[in-house]
Amino acid sequence: MDDHHTRPATSSTVTLHVNGTPHTQTTDHRTTVLDLLREHLGLTGTKKGCDHGQCGACTVLVEGRRANSCLLFAVAHDGAHVTTVEGLGEGERRHPLQDAFVERDAFQCGYCTPGQLCSAVGVLAEAAAGHPSHVTPPPGAGEPRPEGAPVPLTRAEIRERMSGNICRCGAYPHIVEAIEEMGDVAGGMDGGARNTDGARGVPGNPSGVPEEATR
Amino acid sequence: MKTFTFERAATPDQAVDAFTAHERARYLGGGTNLVDLMKLGVESPEHLIDVSGLPLDEVERTPEGGWRVGAAVRNSDLAAHPGVRHDHPVLSQALLAGASGQLRNVATTGGNLLQRTRCPYFQDTSTPCNKREPGTGCSARGGAHRDMAVLGHSPHCVATHPSDMAVALAALDAQVEVLGPEGRRTVPAADFHRLPGDTPQQDTVLRPGELVLAVSVPPPHEGARSAYRKARDRASYAFALASVAAVLAVREGTVTHAALAFGGLAHRPWRARAAEEVLVGSAANAHTFARAADAELGAARPLGDNEFKVPLARSLAVNLLTTLADRSEQGA
Repeated sequence: MDDHHTRPATSSTVTLHVNGTPHTQTTDHRTTVLDLLREHLGLTGTKKGCDHGQCGACTVLVEGRRANSCLLFAVAHDGAHVTTVEGLGEGERRHPLQDAFVERDAFQCGYCTPGQLCSAVGVLAEAAAGHPSHVTPPPGAGEPRPEGAPVPLTRAEIRERMSGNICRCGAYPHIVEAIEEMGDVAGGMDGGARNTDGARGVPGNPSGVPEEATR
Repeated sequence: MKTFTFERAATPDQAVDAFTAHERARYLGGGTNLVDLMKLGVESPEHLIDVSGLPLDEVERTPEGGWRVGAAVRNSDLAAHPGVRHDHPVLSQALLAGASGQLRNVATTGGNLLQRTRCPYFQDTSTPCNKREPGTGCSARGGAHRDMAVLGHSPHCVATHPSDMAVALAALDAQVEVLGPEGRRTVPAADFHRLPGDTPQQDTVLRPGELVLAVSVPPPHEGARSAYRKARDRASYAFALASVAAVLAVREGTVTHAALAFGGLAHRPWRARAAEEVLVGSAANAHTFARAADAELGAARPLGDNEFKVPLARSLAVNLLTTLADRSEQGA
């Protein structure tokens, strides 16, 4: 048994705050946040698609920012605050974006939907914080928007910003409509993550909780 | 995946010491490439040193008026940085042209530089690959090489470097600060990555245990305009078939400053010195821009199925230079 004591540890005790609740687990270093959520915590809303960061099905919010949970080792995120699709709404009340997906019929098989939802919540917060995208016109190029001001979520912006989420059923047109509706509701500012458990959020919006819309 | 031990470094020195103290150690940044390579069996470190939490997450003004970007700054934060966007649009544009929103939120500046090629043979451990397993041969040269290099490749490797950010940094004369067991040193970004030669397993000039601390970008050239243009197989979330980063200043119809780098064409971001020589002092017009592109791309040796990259890169360069010349001349 001496060997057991001298061999360096390949597992660690890790605490993840998931949807506001702390979970402490001893986990093999190879375990990803995705596998920890699904296999250890029974939170199977987050889906495993490609498991290589290419499809976006595993998207969750870490400190209020969207990330592919399949590419995060849990041990490297000890103490992190994670919001999954289960935590977007409040109890039985769905997040407005979830309602928009239902109303717009923004899915077919539904497998990519949790990732689409978490990613879209991240997109709304990023656009509200003024983060540009590949299709955002730069200031000065005939663009009146001052640097750092919220970026209006046009369809082109939504398609570009959501390109990390693949939908093999091809529900894209309705997904774009659902997100566009959320952007319209409050200039993109009412759709962010509701996690209030110390999330860092996007820069310019340090709490991870979007400010109230000022209409 | 093989098991591994793990530690979180509190300081850069501690990270380097930890690297030296372990066999088969690797630094872990955001992990968007390394974790994937570990899943694929391409990388099998025995010890991971998490450097993502090091106090290297600031974008600061340098005394010279440039920007110093900490190695742990996330790609999305650098792309959105107002000062960087103002001074060096090419850098923000290159970052935003790469990966997805999720990946950019996690990927770090240092990790972006150190990401490995996406050559499918490199990522497939069942096929020969000199980069992954020196001496086994190159499967891409006689295989699917449509995405591979047209410049600077060797009989041993035809892979391309996948970063967009690094192409912009090469054009901006950025400097990469590194810390290793033998201390600190600075490497020009344009010389940070290497050509494959007969040692394609070596992507960069980094020595064992060296850790990227920061990337420094000098202040913008007077009157210069910069931008990035990228061609890919789909509109978003794909690696470059060819890309170009350019910085250009024009005064009274004459090019006064030019820096140009190509992506997607070689084992490293390809700083186009021959093109720059043609540009500086010449009339800023389409004829000059075409001549400049040809001066650089004349050295291209396409592999057969990637011949299209040469005219593609030429068009990207000529169009981008034309756009920048108009803007520079108009002071826009």
